[in-house]
Amino acid sequence: MFKIKLREEWCKGCYFCINICPKKVYTYSNEYHPRGFKKVKIDKEENCIGCLLCEELCPDLVITIIKDDKKS
Amino acid sequence: MQGNIACAEGALAGGCRFYAGYPITPSSEIMEHMARRLKEVNGYFIQMEDEIASICSVIGASWSGIKAMTATSGPGFTLMLEGIGYAIMTETPCVIVDVQRQGPATGQATRPAQGDVMQARWGASGDYQIIALAPWSVEEMYYLTIEAFNLSEKFRVPTIVLSDEIIAHLKETLTIKEEVIIYEREKDINKPPFLGDGKVSPMPSFGEGANLLITGSTHNEWGVRKAFDPISQEKLTSHLIKKIKNCEEEILKYETYFIDDCDYLIIAFGSVARSALKAIQMLRKENIKVGLFRPVILWPSPIKKIKDLIKEKKIIVCEMNQGQLIEEVKKYKEEIFGLFKTRGEAIYPYEIYNFIKNL
Amino acid sequence: MSEKLYKYLREEVFPTPFCPGCGHGILLQTILRAIDELDIDIKKIVFVSGIGCAAWIPSPHFKADTLHTLHGRPLAFATGIRITRPDLEIMVISGDGDLGAIGGNHLIHTARRNLKIITICVNNSIYGMTGGQVSPTTPKDIITETSPFGNPEEPFDLCALVKSCGAEFVCRYTVFHTKPLKKSIQKAFQINGFSFIDVISPCVTHYGRRNKMPTLYDFYQFIIKNIISYEKAKSLNKEELKNKIIIGEYV
Repeated sequence: MFKIKLREEWCKGCYFCINICPKKVYTYSNEYHPRGFKKVKIDKEENCIGCLLCEELCPDLVITIIKDDKKS
Repeated sequence: MQGNIACAEGALAGGCRFYAGYPITPSSEIMEHMARRLKEVNGYFIQMEDEIASICSVIGASWSGIKAMTATSGPGFTLMLEGIGYAIMTETPCVIVDVQRQGPATGQATRPAQGDVMQARWGASGDYQIIALAPWSVEEMYYLTIEAFNLSEKFRVPTIVLSDEIIAHLKETLTIKEEVIIYEREKDINKPPFLGDGKVSPMPSFGEGANLLITGSTHNEWGVRKAFDPISQEKLTSHLIKKIKNCEEEILKYETYFIDDCDYLIIAFGSVARSALKAIQMLRKENIKVGLFRPVILWPSPIKKIKDLIKEKKIIVCEMNQGQLIEEVKKYKEEIFGLFKTRGEAIYPYEIYNFIKNL
Repeated sequence: MSEKLYKYLREEVFPTPFCPGCGHGILLQTILRAIDELDIDIKKIVFVSGIGCAAWIPSPHFKADTLHTLHGRPLAFATGIRITRPDLEIMVISGDGDLGAIGGNHLIHTARRNLKIITICVNNSIYGMTGGQVSPTTPKDIITETSPFGNPEEPFDLCALVKSCGAEFVCRYTVFHTKPLKKSIQKAFQINGFSFIDVISPCVTHYGRRNKMPTLYDFYQFIIKNIISYEKAKSLNKEELKNKIIIGEYV
């Protein structure tokens, strides 16, 4: 199980995370970021496999993947 | 001892333990001497690939906590100007010796000149104050270089020793004192390392936990870049100027000879001042009352100290250029006589003698 | 970014000044990850950078000693530090124009001297900060502000250049190669000589936008299609190597 933390105020809307995630965890939100672009939304957190591609490749250090060891 | 060697020995006595340079006539002897001597005092020496690399590595060494210097001549100084501007902006202590030669550009590599007076003051871009010293003897090459290091560390500003090819290659005897006063920089990693509204801040070195933010961009007192803030730029430029101007009285140094009863006053520095002194002796034998004002610190300019004399007496500025220091004198009176020479030769005592006789 | 890396950041200066999609941010965290894993005291590293977008990676983002110098000169400053402070690690982080054009002379001489300096060349093959002018590593025919009809010049292979100068460790990766890049940075700390890591970092705003790759993902897809290992590249000729990005260790 993985939880995703987003530091939204650092995001710049490059949308690389949406494209690079092998499990389509992220999608475009309909809400707008204060800097004028569509926000990124966590669509399917439960699909996250903890590959860390989004965390390590986000150019703005927005994403933190946390391993949730609690049994659901 | 040769002037250049005395300069190098003075640097070592002043605490210099890093030299990076590039060969250029007529300063190369300083570098060659340092190449041998620095090893003996556990210092560091490197011949870099050009003058720009030289001044840059001097600045790097200075922030590493070591007193550092380089030596060059006119065209090499020109190459170093961006680096000097960086040292001014980051308040980095360092000493640059400029052994002046005939220019512009390559000019006459083995011939003396005093053509870098204004380049030393205004060469780097932007607004700032800088300190420059003008030795007139081998002994001054030794002691003024020590003073250059002290001033540089105290005011955290690049300091220039403006020599010329005559003083550099002259051989004279000098007395070397056993002990000299050395100024050590203040360190405090908990205080801001830049600015200070005219007061010099402490300067930690790399590896002391200060998390130094050194940058050539406009910055605040902690070094954080402030490239868009008008107030930061105003504070910064004002500090760089106040830092020196507030302490002018302490910095200024000059010598006067026979000025009490003079009708004519010669203003000269470096090797030219020596010819002037000889000319004065010749003239006084014929009852022509001439005196000499010799700036030892060339920048900030000590000319203001004799502004009354300038107004009263006939002033002759003698320099091995086409009129640079004279501009500082003209601020106090328009009619100033200038004896200029750019023939790659010294200004001889008889030339000054004839000039004044014909006035 | 992983929580454990926050201690290396000056959070108050974030978000970064880099454009949306700029590769430099990716490299920023890879460098910190490499240092963190090695358990090196960051207080004993001096980060030296020149002028350009890449030079803003360490300064002011890293909570460490940073020296932001003049265009092209970080290696010269680093030389002064290296000679006088054998107790410190030095990492130069600067761009392809900074290190390869104006700083070219310092690059070849510092490599020749084989000084123990870790040099990360953040290579976006363009002059980003000043608006997208051509750089000595811009491939031929690429459109930039100063090559509006396509770059007429052949680019440097900076790795080949530095290798020929006698550097001890030379390699190239892209920002997307987070693990091999991290390992190379860690390896560089162990090298007792000059190490040069050429990191391909996409400039989406200038390079990408003018050359049909307007987003980071477009750029990523182009890079993935065109990377080739150093070993394989040895057997290809100039024609076959056009547009290819050589990855791996040169020495």
